[in-house]
Amino acid sequence: MMASSTGRSAWRDNLAELKKPLSPEAVRLEASRCLYCHDAPCIQACPTSIDVPRFIRQLASFDPLGAGKTILEANPLGHSCARVCPVPVLCEGACVYAAWNDEPVRIAGLQRYATDAVHSADALPFDPGPESDLRVAVVGAGPAGVSCATYLRRLGFAVTIFEKRRLPGGLNTFGVAEYKMDRRTSLEELRLLFRLGCSVVTNREVGRDLAPKKLLRDFDAVFLGPGLAGTRDLGILGEDLPGVVDAISFIERVKARRGRGLPSGERVVVVGGGNTAIDAATQSVRTGAKRVILAYRRGLADMPAYDFEVALAKTDGVTLLMNAVPKRVLGLRKAESVEFARTSTKAGRLIESSTELFTLPCDRVIKAIGQRKENALPRAFGVALNGDGTIKTDPDTLRTSRRGVYAGGDAVNGGKEVVNAAADGKRAAWGIHRALRPGVPPPPDNEYWISTL
Amino acid sequence: MKRRLAVDLSSDCAGIKSPNPFWLASGPPTNSGEQVMRAFERGWGGAVWKTLGQDPPVVNVTSRYGAIDLGTSKIAGLNNIELITDRPLSVNLKEISQVKKRFPKRAVIASLMVPCERKAWHDIVRKVSDSGSDGLELNFGCPHGMSERGMGAAVGQVPEYVKMVTEFVKEKSSVPVLVKLTPNITDVRVPARAARAGGADGLSLINTINSLMGVDVETMIPKFAVGEKAAHGGYCGPAVKPIALNMLSSIANDPETLGVPLSGIGGISNWSDAVEFMLLGASSVQLCTAVMHHGFRIIDDLNAGLEGWMRRKNFSALTDFVGRAAARVVEWKRLDLHHKTAAVIDPAKCIGCEVCFVACNDGAHQCIDLRPGSRVPRVRARDCVGCNLCALVCPVDGCISMKTVETGLKPLTWEQYAAAGMKGYRLGRRKRRHAS
Ligand SMILES: Cc1cc2nc3c(=O)[nH]c(=O)nc-3n(C[C@H](O)[C@H](O)[C@H](O)COP(=O)(O)OP(=O)(O)OC[C@H]3O[C@@H](n4cnc5c(N)ncnc54)[C@H](O)[C@@H]3O)c2cc1C
Ligand SMILES: Cc1cc2nc3c(=O)[nH]c(=O)nc-3n(C[C@H](O)[C@H](O)[C@H](O)COP(=O)(O)O)c2cc1C
Ligand code: SF4
Repeated sequence: MMASSTGRSAWRDNLAELKKPLSPEAVRLEASRCLYCHDAPCIQACPTSIDVPRFIRQLASFDPLGAGKTILEANPLGHSCARVCPVPVLCEGACVYAAWNDEPVRIAGLQRYATDAVHSADALPFDPGPESDLRVAVVGAGPAGVSCATYLRRLGFAVTIFEKRRLPGGLNTFGVAEYKMDRRTSLEELRLLFRLGCSVVTNREVGRDLAPKKLLRDFDAVFLGPGLAGTRDLGILGEDLPGVVDAISFIERVKARRGRGLPSGERVVVVGGGNTAIDAATQSVRTGAKRVILAYRRGLADMPAYDFEVALAKTDGVTLLMNAVPKRVLGLRKAESVEFARTSTKAGRLIESSTELFTLPCDRVIKAIGQRKENALPRAFGVALNGDGTIKTDPDTLRTSRRGVYAGGDAVNGGKEVVNAAADGKRAAWGIHRALRPGVPPPPDNEYWISTL
Repeated sequence: MKRRLAVDLSSDCAGIKSPNPFWLASGPPTNSGEQVMRAFERGWGGAVWKTLGQDPPVVNVTSRYGAIDLGTSKIAGLNNIELITDRPLSVNLKEISQVKKRFPKRAVIASLMVPCERKAWHDIVRKVSDSGSDGLELNFGCPHGMSERGMGAAVGQVPEYVKMVTEFVKEKSSVPVLVKLTPNITDVRVPARAARAGGADGLSLINTINSLMGVDVETMIPKFAVGEKAAHGGYCGPAVKPIALNMLSSIANDPETLGVPLSGIGGISNWSDAVEFMLLGASSVQLCTAVMHHGFRIIDDLNAGLEGWMRRKNFSALTDFVGRAAARVVEWKRLDLHHKTAAVIDPAKCIGCEVCFVACNDGAHQCIDLRPGSRVPRVRARDCVGCNLCALVCPVDGCISMKTVETGLKPLTWEQYAAAGMKGYRLGRRKRRHAS
């Protein structure tokens, strides 16, 4: 268990990035381990199809900037993906070394080395395309929107990004666990990409501050990348007591390093079993909580969180409480305890016991049972939704039911990873080009990324 | 209990005796008596002293070595521009006597290089003879610096000089004389014959190969430079071993030098490298780069490895196996055209990297197929030409093996085939079929 500390400066250290950058020597070693597979499984496993063996070979031949270009061509968010991607289920999980019972090549670490080199050189490896008078609006400066904007600029479109928040980056800036990637890194990544010449308008919520109609009139196409909405409610008594917070706002406060309302010395109950629940629990520990219990209504094997995330929570000293569903939050003026009912599963169905009840005293309850779908924006644009509330799109172009309107990221896939959002942005940009300039080949220097689609 | 086979590692190379066949080659590890004594304490069988020359001693430059690394392996090849010893002759000779006094049973060989004059050679041989060294090695190989002054490789490249200088030395020497050959020549058998004709008791080879390490692409200054200028140097280390083996075996098989004692040098890093040289005819081996890289301590595993191998093979003395493989190196025209092997991939070992597929498809003979739904490639044995490439690129030991295909055909060499008017070759020419 990691030492939990109540001091403010201590939790700063506990939030420092867990994975340290590889040394040049370690990079040499790892790069020389890569077998340079044909039709490599790691490329197939990457949603953006980064040519992993190629960039590793470039690292091995002392060309980190070339390696960085290979990465950023396929995935403009390669700098953050190197830190936040769940690689054990993506590229590294697919590495053929697994069949050899050996550790996979440390692809994420190598990728980070390459994109770090690009950032220290402070040189974007590609230029905007020849300017055209076609204009595209991007709604949301999350990974999907930023990726789309990057490729649109490379194709020569004029791009304006509208972002409702104060800072760009979406969950990359506000949601990803601080010990995976700090906020500064996310913002640095964006600063470099925006050099392509996107105008970024922050503090502007489309649908509230700006009418969709106006966007449709002023722009030749619109890309929607609004992500998901807030955390779902528990729907139980006492939920609105002070001390009950949703995971996303909690994490946001941690990442902003805002001390007020952080769980110094507190007892925390996190409700949920996904990766966000884990992130909330581990960051509670890392900001000084005395005891953190993660309560999930089903069994350990059913937890949607990745195994390696669950393992991290365990090493951080989080107590995992399985088969418990919250019934009430109790407390006079603030949350003081949660009452749980025991659950069991019969033939796949979850059954709550009405007799087996117990309460856990706590100072804070963090809700992490998934995010709602964002439907105000798609409704305002009048685009069709799927049954689960995600935006309906054409899989090849990511066009919505409405001509000129495209969408991608969490709002379309229901909530996956940064890399999926980046892949969507790339696909949509190419879809927009084909729709706005039918039959026109892309400007020079765009062939490579298009080939990765 | 059955007693273990007694194994005798002692070597006799042209009459120079040492308790094991491992000698330090002439170079930085044999610069001084202090070093050679430490090496002998550790167990080295012999040492060829850093080449001695006339006084005043040479002056060296700084920045002297450069290397090629492969992945994480450092020094796959080493280049140097050092000259011969830069210490006065009398100091070296005094230290040689001290070493010999303390280690009478170890071989100390004095390496020599002076201008091509009878008097100069007679002088140095006379001075060295009092030091107690067990043999002389004539350095006709140093390819840089000294060769510009008419010594080293400048001698080794002219057979008449080789013979002449060897004769000068033999006129005065009371101990065995080895001639160290340069590889910077078209056919090494020619200077070898000349040395023999001049009376050399044995030959040692190879010295270093002319090389330029590279150019720093940032500064555009050659690697490694003295200030901003560089000169070519001599290449050695693991990368040169195949070149050395080829030269050694060509001398071992040359009717004119058959049976000449050989001391093998060039890229030896471990006991099995050493055994390879011995199997091709070397009765002692010399190491330089490996010692510069890892130190004298490698003698422990050199001795242990050689001894263990001899025991496994039931050899009790070096003479049981020295030269055993030499006769198996023949001219191309003596190879059997009817011998056929084909690659076989073991699906249980295959990890699905498919690098064999790319190699065969792009770089060999297009006879490995990929099958939908499987990452285990398959060799079309009928079309496989048995080139070995797939097995060479495969990262898994023993996954791709080259299996002999029984053709039932009588051996047929090119010599016989050509003599028969290009008739009698029975292995059908392959029909080209492209992998889909
Ligand atoms: C707590 C948490 C941790 C995560 N950790 C990881 C991780 O470690 N690794 C990983 O790969 N993925 C992680 N994810 C998932 C990942 O963050 C998302 O998949 C990804 O950010 C989705 O990108 P997006 O662009 O679709 O949406 P978002 O990142 O949500 O960005 C949407 C943007 O649109 C803006 N917006 C919304 N509506 C409007 C509007 N009407 N007008 C203007 N702007 C608007 C929002 O403010 C936001 O900036 C995590 C998610 C969460 C919640
Ligand atoms: C730095 C250096 C200096 C050398 N100096 C000499 C020398 O003075 N005389 C000589 O005969 N060979 C000299 N050599 C050549 C070595 O004796 C040996 O022939 C060669 O390095 C090949 O062996 P290796 O691959 O084990 O290093 C030198 C080699 C090196 C690397
Ligand atoms: S041995 Fe050569 S020809 Fe035969 S399968 Fe391997 S690479 Fe191809």
